[in-house]
Amino acid sequence: MKGVGIEVRALTKRWEETTAVDAVSFSASAGQFTVLLGPSGCGKSTTLRLIAGLEEASSGQILIDGDDVTRQPPNKRKISMVFQSYALFPHLSVAENILFGLKVRRVPAREQSDRLEKTAALLGLSDLLKRRPSQLSGGQQQRVALGRAIIAEKPICLMDEPLSNLDAKLRHEMRIELRALQQKLGLTMVYVTHDQAEAISMADKIIVLNGGRVEQAATPRALYETPASLFAARFIGTPPMNLLRLARQDGGWMIAGDAAPFAKQFEGPLPDELYFGVRPEDLSLAGEGGVPAVVEAVEYLGADNMIDCRIGTERLTARLPHHFKITPGETIRLTWAPGAAHLFNALTEERLEEASRLLARSAGPPRDETRELSAPPASAAQGPR
Amino acid sequence: MHRRMEWIYAWLLLTPALILLFAFTHYPAVTTFWASFFSTPRGRREAEFVGLENYVTLLEDETFWQVLVNNAWYAGITIPVSIALALIMALWVDGKLRGRSFIRMAYFAPTVLPLIAVANIWMFFYTPGFGLIDQVRGLFGLGEVNWLGDPDLALGSVIVVAIWKEAGFFMIFYLAALQSIPPSLREAADIEGASRWTYFRRIVFPLLMPTTLFVSINAVINSFRLVDHIFVMTNGGPDNASSLLLFYIYETAFQYWETAYASTLTVVLLLLLSLLAIGQFFFFDRKVHYR
Ligand SMILES: Nc1ncnc2c1ncn2[C@@H]1O[C@H](COP(=O)(O)OP(=O)(O)OP(=O)(O)O)[C@@H](O)[C@H]1O
Ligand SMILES: [Mg+2]
Repeated sequence: MKGVGIEVRALTKRWEETTAVDAVSFSASAGQFTVLLGPSGCGKSTTLRLIAGLEEASSGQILIDGDDVTRQPPNKRKISMVFQSYALFPHLSVAENILFGLKVRRVPAREQSDRLEKTAALLGLSDLLKRRPSQLSGGQQQRVALGRAIIAEKPICLMDEPLSNLDAKLRHEMRIELRALQQKLGLTMVYVTHDQAEAISMADKIIVLNGGRVEQAATPRALYETPASLFAARFIGTPPMNLLRLARQDGGWMIAGDAAPFAKQFEGPLPDELYFGVRPEDLSLAGEGGVPAVVEAVEYLGADNMIDCRIGTERLTARLPHHFKITPGETIRLTWAPGAAHLFNALTEERLEEASRLLARSAGPPRDETRELSAPPASAAQGPR
Repeated sequence: MHRRMEWIYAWLLLTPALILLFAFTHYPAVTTFWASFFSTPRGRREAEFVGLENYVTLLEDETFWQVLVNNAWYAGITIPVSIALALIMALWVDGKLRGRSFIRMAYFAPTVLPLIAVANIWMFFYTPGFGLIDQVRGLFGLGEVNWLGDPDLALGSVIVVAIWKEAGFFMIFYLAALQSIPPSLREAADIEGASRWTYFRRIVFPLLMPTTLFVSINAVINSFRLVDHIFVMTNGGPDNASSLLLFYIYETAFQYWETAYASTLTVVLLLLLSLLAIGQFFFFDRKVHYR
């Protein structure tokens, strides 16, 4: 049951007045783990259910293994599915639940028991086969749902937030197990979650959805390193990327409400406002230079401290090693590595790739001279609170 | 000490209910049982102990046997037909009309109406010549039928009314049970390629078992209890053709004033009902999955 690829083209699903899925296109390659990620109500489940054939598309196409299956019933789509609520049949034993599909398809009894044995062993369910779903823990139920999906030996497995009912520890274990299982069986997995940490740790490819549209489709690394939009930047990372408004000022740019020039002019047509993004973990203390920021709060997290600070009217968080003794009210000077800076168009909310690269190279953490020209001594300007 | 107080409280709380239960249920039941071994008191003559004489009369009473057979038919037809109809209607309404309370209300109407009112409506259907049924038959050139006056048809006509009344009531229970089945079960079955019938047989029907048990116990009890419409429609006639056990008990007790014999008949009715209820629990016990 080697995985097969899925391609979704301009898929749209409309209910009377809501458009749940709006011209979504992406592909999930054979044998890869693809995650649909987005906030609640963004259309993840609907997209998955469209792929499964549980909802009918308003328009667009779904191709599985190259065949157009848009109008095919679920059982013609080479898919199996694990539901968020598991959808186990409460009156059937674990064994009967897992075998349900094989019985429906009249697979010979010998083969049924062989496959059951194999699947149960794989999932560690061998001792639980006689139990009813209500006699199982959440994690065990989850495994039964998984067993029902993989015994079908379909090349594609669809999962809708299968771990959301589990506690944190079990969720972590199941993440690793699921990923291992998917790789071992070579399944094409399409996995829905709203948890970005889950997505990043499991996916080969993440499709970020927002309001029924695709924001970005990329590998976890690309998503983290080069978010394509403000939304993607805000959604990935804990805590998420700091986004500071930049305003145009005398041929350069400055952080909103701040007195000091921040960066020189970038080339190309740009709006009057930009967002400058930098991740908390990419910020560090500058020995010399850097951007002065007033510390507002310090959150102690053990190895690191989360420092909430303010530059001008913009707030940002820095993640700094705990050995820096920082107290609220103090002014610190922040800097970041070239390449850690991101610029976004404030109007279109899109990433400005060229400008980001320029910023990384030239402006970077602004050089001392530019800053010194107009900045009053930072500590005097903003007294302790 | 503390436990004692709890006990006293418990008994105090239970007492009103217990008094009512004993006064109006258990005590009459026991006196009925007791009375069945005595003769009927008449005028100045006191009731005498007659042993099993009333029971011997019962065995030799042809009307009793006819009424019992009638009741067997009545139960044997109303119970399965009304349950099956209720289930079919519930499946239909659940699938097509999710959330349309008006239609559900329409189905429920026969239940809201008192049986006497239902019987009056049906009297209009059954009236020979003028009734709805005969008018429809007239369109096809068929003759008049005296639905309630013909000894061969009277029981059947009464059964139809009972089914009409019961099916809507039972449907509500099935509908509630169907709506509590998560739609994801249907979807999981769809993904496996299960047909509608397979899904019904393997998933829905077993999940409805507790409801079926509940409904069928009600149906059994009702098949002995629901006789109101007989008063309005046939009065047991013609020639006891549509008389049922409870109706016969009423006649014996309050028209012929044979109270002792009526007690004997009542004991038989209670016995029958308890046997049926116990039998049902044993029969269903292994097949019912409670969630
Ligand atoms: N049957 C339906 N009828 C009308 N609107 C619907 C229906 N199902 C979903 N929607 C709407 O479509 C949008 C997307 O829903 P969907 O279930 O796909 O969200 P989701 O991304 O899975 O969210 P969550 O993370 O909360 O599960 C929502 O606005 C929802 O209200
Ligand atoms: Mg969802």
